[in-house]
Amino acid sequence: MSKIVILGNGIAGITAARHIRKHTNDSITVISGESDHFFSRTALMYIYMGHMKYEHTKPYEDWFWAKNKIDLLKAWIKTIDFDSKKLITSTSEEITYDRLILATGSQSNKFGWPGENLRGVQGLYNLQDLDMMETTTQHVKRAVIVGGGLIGVEMAEMLHSRGIHVTYLIRESRFWGNVLPEKEGALIDRHLKEHHIDLRKETELEEIIDDGKGSVKGIKTKSGEVIDCQFVGLTVGVRPNIDFLKDTSLEIDKGILVDEHLATNIPDVYAIGDCAQLKSAPSHRRPIEAVWYVGRMMGETVAKTITGTPTKYQPGIWFNSAKFFDIEYQTYGSVPARLDENHESFYWEAADGKKCIHIVYEKADQKVTGINTFGIRMRHEVWDKWLNDGKTLSYVVEHLPKANFDPEFFKRFEPEIQQQYNEEYGDSIIISKPTFFQRIFN
Amino acid sequence: MKAIRYTGLLLFLFSFFLFLGIFFMSSYTLSREDFQNIVKPEHQELLADKFDNIIDQEYSFSIPFVNAVNGAIDENNSQMRAKQQWNKVIYDQYASSLTRAATHGLIKEQTTMLFILVFVIGTIGALMYLTPQVKLAGPAGIKNTGIFHNALNNRGWLGISIGVLLVTFYILLYFFDAYIMNWIILVDLIQKLINPGAQASQWFLYGFLYTFSVLVMGIRMIIKYRQSKYQIVRTLSVMFFQTAFAFLLPEILVRLNQPYFDFKNMWPLDYDFFDAWHINTLTSAGGLGIFMFAWGITLFAVGVPVFVFFFGKRWYCSWVCGCGGLAETAGDSFRQLSDKSLKAWNIERYLIHAILVFAVIMTIGVLYSFITGSNTMFGIDTYTYLRKPYGFLIGSMFSGVIGTGFYPIMGNRVWCRFGCPLAAYLGIVQRFKSRFRITTNGGQCISCGNCSTYCEMGIDVRWYAQRGQNIVRSSCVGCGVCSAVCPRGVLNLENKDEDGRFGEPILIGNDGIKVEA
Ligand SMILES: Cc1cc2nc3c(=O)[nH]c(=O)nc-3n(C[C@H](O)[C@H](O)[C@H](O)COP(=O)(O)OP(=O)(O)OC[C@H]3O[C@@H](n4cnc5c(N)ncnc54)[C@H](O)[C@@H]3O)c2cc1C
Ligand code: SF4
Ligand code: SF4
Repeated sequence: MSKIVILGNGIAGITAARHIRKHTNDSITVISGESDHFFSRTALMYIYMGHMKYEHTKPYEDWFWAKNKIDLLKAWIKTIDFDSKKLITSTSEEITYDRLILATGSQSNKFGWPGENLRGVQGLYNLQDLDMMETTTQHVKRAVIVGGGLIGVEMAEMLHSRGIHVTYLIRESRFWGNVLPEKEGALIDRHLKEHHIDLRKETELEEIIDDGKGSVKGIKTKSGEVIDCQFVGLTVGVRPNIDFLKDTSLEIDKGILVDEHLATNIPDVYAIGDCAQLKSAPSHRRPIEAVWYVGRMMGETVAKTITGTPTKYQPGIWFNSAKFFDIEYQTYGSVPARLDENHESFYWEAADGKKCIHIVYEKADQKVTGINTFGIRMRHEVWDKWLNDGKTLSYVVEHLPKANFDPEFFKRFEPEIQQQYNEEYGDSIIISKPTFFQRIFN
Repeated sequence: MKAIRYTGLLLFLFSFFLFLGIFFMSSYTLSREDFQNIVKPEHQELLADKFDNIIDQEYSFSIPFVNAVNGAIDENNSQMRAKQQWNKVIYDQYASSLTRAATHGLIKEQTTMLFILVFVIGTIGALMYLTPQVKLAGPAGIKNTGIFHNALNNRGWLGISIGVLLVTFYILLYFFDAYIMNWIILVDLIQKLINPGAQASQWFLYGFLYTFSVLVMGIRMIIKYRQSKYQIVRTLSVMFFQTAFAFLLPEILVRLNQPYFDFKNMWPLDYDFFDAWHINTLTSAGGLGIFMFAWGITLFAVGVPVFVFFFGKRWYCSWVCGCGGLAETAGDSFRQLSDKSLKAWNIERYLIHAILVFAVIMTIGVLYSFITGSNTMFGIDTYTYLRKPYGFLIGSMFSGVIGTGFYPIMGNRVWCRFGCPLAAYLGIVQRFKSRFRITTNGGQCISCGNCSTYCEMGIDVRWYAQRGQNIVRSSCVGCGVCSAVCPRGVLNLENKDEDGRFGEPILIGNDGIKVEA
């Protein structure tokens, strides 16, 4: 019986462990210093906001691990001795392995700003961050968030839920400007305003000001403006959590370099999830993708390889989702922030300015390459198929009702969308007229 | 705005505590005249000397008065039993009517004013507290902020206090109605409005309070979930069925000299449907009575399978049913307290199906006695060993005292999940023969846990969602809240082809492998 050790109990490591257990009787040990059990990192905000308690974020009950013979170990690993196949904990204990999966996740970026280590200045990645945020925001009236991405907007919502006034600095001219096209960015900007978030575009942080006692009392922007605050959230992205592996024989770049089997340069050592960097990523994917789904898919894949069915990591059509305060967002395929000359797009927005869809297609043959949808839920299965099959814009717009995933009784916008499409493109696709029952029951 | 809310809260609290205060309000003096009018002549003789020190005596509180009355009757009964004079044992329940007659004070003199202060001012206060949320709580969207920091929603002191209050109320209501005569008198006026000839009973009080809660808290529910049309329509539906079908129509029928009948209630939830007295009442009430009897049978024999096949059990449990109605309105604040553990699910499966079996056996016994005229079936007294324990244990204790009293402790569907025999029956159909399922949206789940947390039936929705599997569970009442709270648009209640309900999980995204369940 060989001993498989997995470092990291996040979605990547845990998915690997579960799937390995389905195929072998080998011993499996999962190590993490952060928590005793697997919990959902994506739900951190809901704990702070009081939607859930920590227990609710654990996807499996505590008995699950013993029942599936997955050993859990709570410890920080200080370094790894790959030659003698040992992990060394912060208390200098040694753990041996036959095969090792590194799933160490990410850590928050810091850019060496003056004052970034003051009390009341932090990022949000792990449970320890959450605890710290709970303590340091107790009597805070005003906060500043730096960095316009998904964790930033979650932090804004968290603070806002406690009645803390939030000023939100973003470097770009719109929210999440390197991912969202202009119109979607504007839609979210408006929604943030509606929630009284004080959004400052094209504003960069210069320094964080000390109150003289080691806590933050304000920030200064590059243009010299001083904003008083008692809390600063730094959400300027994450990077692979691999600093402790720097001086080993493991090949690393930004992340741990892996081949298409998710194997590292060292035999019997694999890396998955946020910490892994694909040496040759497929053309439609990036080398490091720090999202939940990728961790899960890599976990599924590496489990196959380790249990005797060497399997390549082949991610399909890109998809992702998020929620900005009350507006849900889903994306399938590729909708870049700025279109290149080979692509065009069709954009529709609802009258209330809170829902929109944005479909990108190839100029040459109208083949759809991706969609962003805000405020309307879409069926993953349908979009995955359409994008794989290379359906054209007119096909997609005509069959849009098939992709709708909104609950029953929700207003349906397809006729409006199809109408606009016909007008803009001089086309004459049939406008869907759902019957009464179709309108009620999707 | 905030000022309006706080004023509203103060008004509501004033009404609420006034209502509680009314319990203690009156004084009780039984006149000889009332005694003679109410108590049957043959009993008057027996009781005369025992009532000597009750009559014209002033009691300042209902409980000692009622105890004195019951004590006097009990004393007589034990004496007569000792002498084996069975015909002189008194089985009539005089406590409520005597208490009603003996009640003096504000509640009788100023019923209308008190009613206005409690229910009209209470409603105004509640609405002043609830409606500004439309503006104050920000744009429409999921508003679960602070739920687990709150003493009401998270089994804190407020939740526990309300639980204790509710349990006490139910016990008084079911077993000691004479104690709460003041409250009963308070709603006389509404009873008379619907049916001038009638006098409110504890059941009328209960129906009134129940409907009142469903309506006021229904408005709250609609405001809270106003971004979801499914929730709005569904809430309006339970508000309508409670008010029209459960509360008004039966009273109106009585006024028209027809049997009291709730057209939306059905066996086995309505466990006395096949009681001899009930069958006799219906069948001897002419055409309408016969229709009611046939309707009641059709509803569970045909209505359930057909509607559950097309829409799932939700058509009843979260659109029509009164228990469901209360759970979805007044109970909404407690849905997160349901237990999601596998252990709870195991208990649930045994318990609810055992109760269904109990209900069926009880009904067979009762019907057997009705048809054959014999009190015993296989030598077992059907009333003493089946019907009576069922009524007490399941009908009163479980569905009422625990079912509602434990909202703030075990969540708002304790009864529906662990106890309701009708839910068990609907659930069996839903599990094995229905088009209903909750579809999981490909690979979009992030395992956050909102769905499981807010599932009032304690279904671990995430378990299925995160593996891309449809949710097909007999207990799902289709409230749609899991779908509403999911931040990634993963869940959707759908009626579709039966094929593919239990299909292989589809976790889209990973083209390299096919993931098994
Ligand atoms: C607030 C927030 C919200 C997010 N929301 C979304 C979302 O909505 N959708 C989405 O797709 N993604 C989201 N993400 C990203 C997503 O959570 C991550 O991509 C995912 O959790 C990464 O999983 P992982 O298993 O690779 O690593 P992790 O979940 O980071 O797990 C790694 C674990 O290994 C432990 N570890 C690392 N090094 C050591 C060591 N030396 N010794 C011991 N233990 C160690 C870490 O402490 C950690 O517990 C969010 C992230 C955050 C922080
Ligand atoms: S609420 Fe949605 S994303 Fe969260 S666990 Fe449930 S299905 Fe998954
Ligand atoms: S699974 Fe969803 S719809 Fe069914 S009872 Fe639970 S929360 Fe309601």
